[in-house]
Amino acid sequence: MSSSEAAGPSPSSALAGRSEFVSSLLAVVLALAVGAVLILAWGASPVTAYAALLDGAFGSWNSLGETLLRAIPLTFTGLAIAIAFRGGTFNLGAEGQLFLGATAAAWVGLAIPTLPAPLLIPAMIVTAAFVGALWSLLAGVLKLRFGANELITTIMLNYIAILFVSYLLRGPLQEAAGYLPQTERLSANARFPALIAGTRLHLGFLLALAAVVLAHIALWHTSWGFKLRVVGLNARAALNAGYNVRLLTLSAFVVSGVLAGLAGYMEVVGVQRRMIENLSPGFGYTGIIVALLGQTSPFGVLAAAILFAGLQVGGSTMQTASGVPSTLTTIIQGLVVLFVIGRGAVDLFLARRGAK
Amino acid sequence: MTSAIGDGPAPLDLSGITVRFGSFTANDAVDFSVGRGEIHALLGENGAGKTTLMRVVAGLIIPQEGTIRIDGRPVRLASPLDAAAEGIGMVHQHFMLISTLTVAQNVCVGIAKAGRVFPDLAKVARDLEEIGARYGLQVDPHALVGSLSVASRQRVEIVKALYRGARILVLDEPTAVLAPQEVDGLFRVLRMLAEAGTAIVFISHKLGEVMALSHRVSVLRHGRLVATKPTADTNPAELARLMIGEDLVLPTVDGAHTPGQVAIETRGVSLRDELGVTRLSDVSLAARSGEIVGVAGVDGNGQQQLAEILAGLQAPAAGAVIMASPSGPVDVSRSGPGRRIALGLAHIPEDRHHTALVDMSIADNAVLDSIDRPPLARRGFLAHRAIRAFATRLIAANDVRCTGPEQGVMTLSGGNQQKVVLGRALAHDPRVIVAVQPTRGLDLGATAFVHRQLLAEREKGAAIVLVSTELDEVLALSDRIVVMFAGRIVGAMSRAEVTLERLGAMMTGQAA
Repeated sequence: MSSSEAAGPSPSSALAGRSEFVSSLLAVVLALAVGAVLILAWGASPVTAYAALLDGAFGSWNSLGETLLRAIPLTFTGLAIAIAFRGGTFNLGAEGQLFLGATAAAWVGLAIPTLPAPLLIPAMIVTAAFVGALWSLLAGVLKLRFGANELITTIMLNYIAILFVSYLLRGPLQEAAGYLPQTERLSANARFPALIAGTRLHLGFLLALAAVVLAHIALWHTSWGFKLRVVGLNARAALNAGYNVRLLTLSAFVVSGVLAGLAGYMEVVGVQRRMIENLSPGFGYTGIIVALLGQTSPFGVLAAAILFAGLQVGGSTMQTASGVPSTLTTIIQGLVVLFVIGRGAVDLFLARRGAK
Repeated sequence: MTSAIGDGPAPLDLSGITVRFGSFTANDAVDFSVGRGEIHALLGENGAGKTTLMRVVAGLIIPQEGTIRIDGRPVRLASPLDAAAEGIGMVHQHFMLISTLTVAQNVCVGIAKAGRVFPDLAKVARDLEEIGARYGLQVDPHALVGSLSVASRQRVEIVKALYRGARILVLDEPTAVLAPQEVDGLFRVLRMLAEAGTAIVFISHKLGEVMALSHRVSVLRHGRLVATKPTADTNPAELARLMIGEDLVLPTVDGAHTPGQVAIETRGVSLRDELGVTRLSDVSLAARSGEIVGVAGVDGNGQQQLAEILAGLQAPAAGAVIMASPSGPVDVSRSGPGRRIALGLAHIPEDRHHTALVDMSIADNAVLDSIDRPPLARRGFLAHRAIRAFATRLIAANDVRCTGPEQGVMTLSGGNQQKVVLGRALAHDPRVIVAVQPTRGLDLGATAFVHRQLLAEREKGAAIVLVSTELDEVLALSDRIVVMFAGRIVGAMSRAEVTLERLGAMMTGQAA
């Protein structure tokens, strides 16, 4: 038997590979368990605290609406990073793409506020997608033309984008009143209708679901997705198979940028109703964790986005009900990352126990 | 089972070892033991279960059934650390060394003996030199591993195992990477180690080496142990029969040779690598329909680069690559593999892991280069049923041993992986085949299969460029042979004109 088998599964790793879902779930459970210990150390009851967390995240129409509302941008940024990753590129620039996409969409909405909604909304969506894609494509071109590592360029481009948006919001695009770094409010034509009456959840959630389904189809049922995955796994084999590897790599950057730009658009029309300086509390970065926990699969991303949104939304209820600071949820998010990355070790542990 | 040589319980005794991967049984109740001072060869085709068995010994796989005894004591080897603690040393086919560290530093990695926090490198170096002197294993402890030859790295692996106290040494196809003189050197070392009492497991599928080196030989076939015999009581013909279950004759090309038009050629191709070193200079080579052109030469004389230029993975610095097309010859020098595949080129690359296969299913790999063609995809959407059907046919036609098209290609044995690569390359009636070391690491049965397939393609009118460092292979299959030396073609001859003396002189750059 030849060397190749070294890359093959042993019974233990076959056990691990049985389900990536299980190991993601395990990461979450472990993170919550460690969180429970921290709650105990704080002097509160984990049961009470987690019950409050759950209640705050999913306990009523209103809280469910808030959680899903928060999940919308996380789903888009998570998809953006997942698809780039499948194509073998690390898009850490979703945050900047989000800011530029959002600003461009807001600018269109403010420039032609009286256009009927069926025209204005698509115009804004296309603009956000286009600008997000352009910003992402810049990193792609730098990578292919000069060999610049996108891990670095995308992060640098984030600073440029976010500072440029700050300038716009204090200068050319600032509201007439001129107090805050934000634009005027968008006209009613540009806004999204509410999805559930009495909550802030808007049409964007359906678009996020549609994006998940489309991403799944694109990755697993189109020849583009097939070739993209091949490039991500082995670019040399892709070249040898006759693929246009450069074009496929650029397409990963473009699709990723489109999705990140849309994340920004959703926040502008669905939540803030205008462009503001602090539009995103790091959706572009949390999206990296979402993509990771979701095993870079679109439906996994959706589940992870809802989970993280629930943690963030339920945190304040937890604080009110049990006195445990809501920052605990940030710790839990961090622990999830640790455990997902430490998956290999966990799997090994399970395999050992299984083999005994 | 007790050993034929040493006294007392065998240092390593496996009984009833069974390993299953899903529904596939890689080892089926295998018994195997090795005594003190014994060299026990483990023989078998690719996929017969040799490596799996040794991964059990290395603590990398925990078998579902069976017992492992060390010096008669049942043990549980749950990790490589357990195996090392029991005195088992592995020399893997792919060396487990860090090329940016020195030999001594490599030896220190992961062991407490060298000093827990700050290893005493000077002492380690002295110990290594002492071990080296005792067994004729010269290595410079201060040399960077990256600067060493393959044979030296192998010596480092052996010294490393000995330094860690190995009493049982397992070598997985150690000669696959060595030149003939280096093989002799390795054998001297192994005999010396055996005389000093080390128990040695020697995994191979080369009959000659097994006969020359081992005391006993065990043969695995399809995961089962089919025989264990003293080497003196057997012969290569019997071992070959046991290995493959039938008598085997390697095919050769017939003399009759009526080639057609030139299907691919290079004209004055030159290439420099990224360091500016000239790899190819003024290489002109043509292959006609219905002929096999063998490219012979000692490894590293530009054959690899020539193949990449033919396949479109590299562009030449000067010169041109021309392919035939229905509308006449086309200059493809500046086009990548995609255009050439469209013109009928198939590439069987040397390094299947890096260039030919992707960590996906067999089915996905089977359609890798034809995913855009109907019926595999229509209007950009994958036709999963057609892909599966295509892969199922490829598996059947090439006798790929697997559980089905959904099995991960990386879980196949090397021979079966190569069958996937070959089957894919030949699935679309190629006009030109560039095959580089197509049988490297394959056993006899798989080698014969690859040779038959290439000859069949020649009959069908394909132009084949066969790059191989195995002279036997080149001589058996080629209508014409060119010899490369230092990036140039130093000689060309027809099958009838070949003599070994001439070939040897050309390969060492002495004459044309």
